[in-house]
Amino acid sequence: MLEEISNITPKFNSEIKTILEIKNLKKSFGNNQVLNGFNLELNEGENLVIMGKSGSGKSVMIKCLIGLIEPDSGSIRVMGQEITTLNQTQFDKLRSEIGFLFQGSALYDSMTVRENLEFPLRHHKERFEKNLDTTAFVEEALTNVGLLHAIDLMPSELSGGMKRRIALARTLILKPKIILYDEPTSGLDPITSKEIIQLMKNIQKQYKTSSLIITHDVDCARVIANRMILLIDGINYVEGNYDTLKNSSDEKVKAFFK
Amino acid sequence: MVQSSQLALNIKNFFIEIGELAYFSSRFFRELFSKPFEFKELLRQCYNMGNKSLGLVLITGFIIGLVLTIQTRPTLEQFGAESWMPSMVSISIVREIGPIITALICAGRIGSGIGAELGSMRVTEQIDAMEVSGTNPFKYLVVTRVLATTLMIPILVFFGDTMALYGSFLVENLNGDVSFFLYFDKVFHAIEYSDLLPATIKTFFFGYAIGLVGCYKGYYCEKGTVGVGIAANSAVVYTSMLLFIIDFIAVFITDIFI
Repeated sequence: MLEEISNITPKFNSEIKTILEIKNLKKSFGNNQVLNGFNLELNEGENLVIMGKSGSGKSVMIKCLIGLIEPDSGSIRVMGQEITTLNQTQFDKLRSEIGFLFQGSALYDSMTVRENLEFPLRHHKERFEKNLDTTAFVEEALTNVGLLHAIDLMPSELSGGMKRRIALARTLILKPKIILYDEPTSGLDPITSKEIIQLMKNIQKQYKTSSLIITHDVDCARVIANRMILLIDGINYVEGNYDTLKNSSDEKVKAFFK
Repeated sequence: MVQSSQLALNIKNFFIEIGELAYFSSRFFRELFSKPFEFKELLRQCYNMGNKSLGLVLITGFIIGLVLTIQTRPTLEQFGAESWMPSMVSISIVREIGPIITALICAGRIGSGIGAELGSMRVTEQIDAMEVSGTNPFKYLVVTRVLATTLMIPILVFFGDTMALYGSFLVENLNGDVSFFLYFDKVFHAIEYSDLLPATIKTFFFGYAIGLVGCYKGYYCEKGTVGVGIAANSAVVYTSMLLFIIDFIAVFITDIFI
């Protein structure tokens, strides 16, 4: 199935670099084999959507990628560096190039929005000019998500959509090259979901980021995906653009688009 | 048969937990002396713990001083030994009652707070978000809190003891017209370094135990709101048990050497 679809997958020319590569990733929890040889390539400037049923291992895969879960085996190369061979300092440095938008936003609820955004800057001052004025960076990131007025609010004072935007602003503050989105529209109403999707598109254009998006939301995938992977039975079952997958005759694939 | 296998499992789990706590403790000391140092967060935690617990500790100390004196007085009167009251109360409070009661109050007030706070941070992925941003969450959350409790409990005990002695003086003053200076002159004559030193040293261990168990329970909290409740609750239960064990060991060692 994978070979069949990949024939009609859009080809990227040889100048486009692979910024992230996963090979034969395996992860199990007890007897439950969640990832069973998953492969993935994310190209520079690309929006790659991963879809799969709940419990199919999408979040596990993305957490392996960022080092929150240790994989059983397999290779993960980010910007040419094999993450499993890096020491903590090297890995932390690499992580600053990767933004992660958590499913539940994961804002620090004891801090204001400003402090939330300043927090990632604390250990990455070397990436910015001397005499760092964090306010300028915070305000820029908040302006880009349209929430500058919320700078001194606490997370408890924000709506679900606002939290997601602030989390996105926090992700952007280090100007990452790759952004990983874990269910960016889950739990949001359709209008707010559309706003978040549009925001993701704007960010991709403005910051020239590569994005790996995990979602159940078919509309989100349709609007944002350059390419899609369906994660079924722990492997990349099928790969292609939205239209290709939508018109697939495979029952398992069709089930996602009903 | 079922009951005995359950008992064996519980014992096994207990020892596993002891082992994990020992590892957690060793990690604390490893991280304590490595850069970067989170001074600002340490001061914030010290202020929060000290400031927010002070009122409770003062009130409890005062009441304990009152109650101890009121209940002891009739017995001492029978022997015509009322003049021994300041000595007896001061030694009881400084050596044993003050430290253990203050520590138990702080186990409930601070230990459960730490367990619930870190637990909810774990459940809402805030700890993961910290790790992803390149900040060492163990250093930022655990080291600062354990250090803060280790430093603040002795200070709180000092204030608690002072208030207890003042409460005791108040009862004595109302009953026997004892002056403030006479009462405290007797108190300071009764207390020796051999009373103060072991009592003070053990309060550091009490503080360490409160912070360590609270952080351990919260940091490794299981998923869901139930997990947060269990973390907060078990932090108090385990810490209280540990406080009595530490107290017993401290008394045992003091008895040998002094």
